[in-house]
Amino acid sequence: MNKVKDLLKTIKSIRFTKWQKMIFLIALIGLIVSAPYIITDNYILHIVILCSIYACLTLSLNMIIGWSGQFSLGHVCLYGMGAYITTLLMTQTGMNFFPATILSTAFTSGFAMLLCLPTLKLRGDYLAVITLGFGEVFRLFLTNSVSITRGPAGIPNIPDPVIFGYVISSKQAYFYFVALIVILFVVFMKRFNNSGFGMAMIVVNEDDIAATALGINVKKYKLLGFALGGGMAAFMGSFYAVYMGMISPTSFAYAESIKMVSMVVLGGIGSIPGSILGAVLLTALPEVLRAFSEYRMVIYGALMVVMMIFRPEGIWSRSSRMLNEYKIKAFENYKKK
Amino acid sequence: MFFQHLLNGIIVGGIYAMVALGYSMVYGVLQIVNWAHADVLMFATFIGLLLTTYLKMPVFAMVLLVALFASVLGMSVERVAYRPIKSGNRKMAVLVSALGMSTFLQNLAQLIFGSGTRQFKAIESKSFSFSGFTITNLQILILVVTSVMLLILYILVYRTKIGIAMRACSVSVDNAKLMGINTNLIISGTFGVGAFMAGVAGILIGVYYSAVYPTMGYLLGMKAFAAAILGGIGSIPGAVFGGFIIGTIESLGAGYISSAYRDAFAFFVMILILVVRPSGLMGAKHIDKV
Repeated sequence: MNKVKDLLKTIKSIRFTKWQKMIFLIALIGLIVSAPYIITDNYILHIVILCSIYACLTLSLNMIIGWSGQFSLGHVCLYGMGAYITTLLMTQTGMNFFPATILSTAFTSGFAMLLCLPTLKLRGDYLAVITLGFGEVFRLFLTNSVSITRGPAGIPNIPDPVIFGYVISSKQAYFYFVALIVILFVVFMKRFNNSGFGMAMIVVNEDDIAATALGINVKKYKLLGFALGGGMAAFMGSFYAVYMGMISPTSFAYAESIKMVSMVVLGGIGSIPGSILGAVLLTALPEVLRAFSEYRMVIYGALMVVMMIFRPEGIWSRSSRMLNEYKIKAFENYKKK
Repeated sequence: MFFQHLLNGIIVGGIYAMVALGYSMVYGVLQIVNWAHADVLMFATFIGLLLTTYLKMPVFAMVLLVALFASVLGMSVERVAYRPIKSGNRKMAVLVSALGMSTFLQNLAQLIFGSGTRQFKAIESKSFSFSGFTITNLQILILVVTSVMLLILYILVYRTKIGIAMRACSVSVDNAKLMGINTNLIISGTFGVGAFMAGVAGILIGVYYSAVYPTMGYLLGMKAFAAAILGGIGSIPGAVFGGFIIGTIESLGAGYISSAYRDAFAFFVMILILVVRPSGLMGAKHIDKV
């Protein structure tokens, strides 16, 4: 255990120069471009795409839990709302994927803010219960309003997205698409984390009374966290809908929310590499260990308990990373003297 | 029809009240929500089902055994998932750990007992009707058991030494410890008593709807939690009162508004209460000092 901890510490303390970063970036792009040619098995490619979807979803949930410090158990409601609105716009009005996604993302962001508005005063558990309640009501709505959502049968035959006349339909094309989305999300989160908005949000998360004393509008940042997280989840929901080609209420059940929460917790609350790590581990491991796939949810549950007892900050934590950075800076200042 | 719905509501409400007590008492002592409470209930109900179908045990012995099993399970949940957590951001850590425990129990039950719905017939059902008003012997039994359990709890909490210690812990655990109370024991005991009530409630609801399934705890737990919040979480009379109100609203709503959204009414009430009066109807107003 200690050896693993030391290894993680050394990995985290490595800092690259600009050139090294450039080379690393080019290698990454090369890897992404060549991946569909290396992975010829469609099933493995499917798993990779699923990992990417969950990585983005985990990032979006981490925006709510890790950055704005609100606990949401109804993330699946926002994710499902994005998926359903995009699907309905595409199948009912014949809209293309991109305008439909923009509309549904905007709508879901707004809805997430509305959901957050009455709960601003509430603390962890209450917020968790309310968001869970919204998720449940949403699922009931999906199952019962058959005239709109076709109920439990779901909506089949969702058309593929079209970019400049090119139809994205093969697994390879979807892979490139999702890779682009992951890169966009990571860059966005990275920029957000280092921006004034992100820093203010972290302060609000750490201590909202101190934040108020510093003149930070706490309400604004809490709403912003929910809106951004909800929008990102809705975007991924739209992608999921067109990728799968059909959606039904069972894809947006309570267990899915729990899955996302456990990914955030395993990876590290408030950490970008942690989110990706958690999502990939929890999506790929059950596929690799096929024999254990029926124990998956049991393992998720046990994992959450064990992580909270032994390593509550997750595998790749934010706090220790920041601490490292501070230490390095302090050390460099010391050397200059 | 109105009185029929009202009666059904009160009967289900009594069961909600018994489950809500578990949430409220634990919250009173530790200020955490025991998310695994309803899953302890579900597990205990399955044990009851096995005892009746395979061992053909008499009903009262079965209920007693199940309730004892539930309290042991409840106490072990506290030992495993709540007590060892000592991190900086304890609230978030306990919340995640509790959720994990709930997920664990729910899916373990699915693995062991299968995910389907099982019938639970412990008592032959007979119905009596007076002037357009129907009541089954099962409903009468539920009313009687609920009242007896609530009375026992009342005596335990307000008339015994353990009860005084429990109430002392709910005011302040640290001060209770200074007064020489073994707080760890009392916390364990609170979980045990809550789970004992939940075990009985689980059997009642399983027999009433004649259905036992691994996710039964999820909705039941949410409704009971809504009841606890409605009455003011941490308050024992509040939890009982809230349980009856939630049961009645649900029954009337399903009868007069829409039966498809039966499960949504409790959530609406809960959201409304949290927005309008977060401390609940009977809860003490809590002011955070800086």
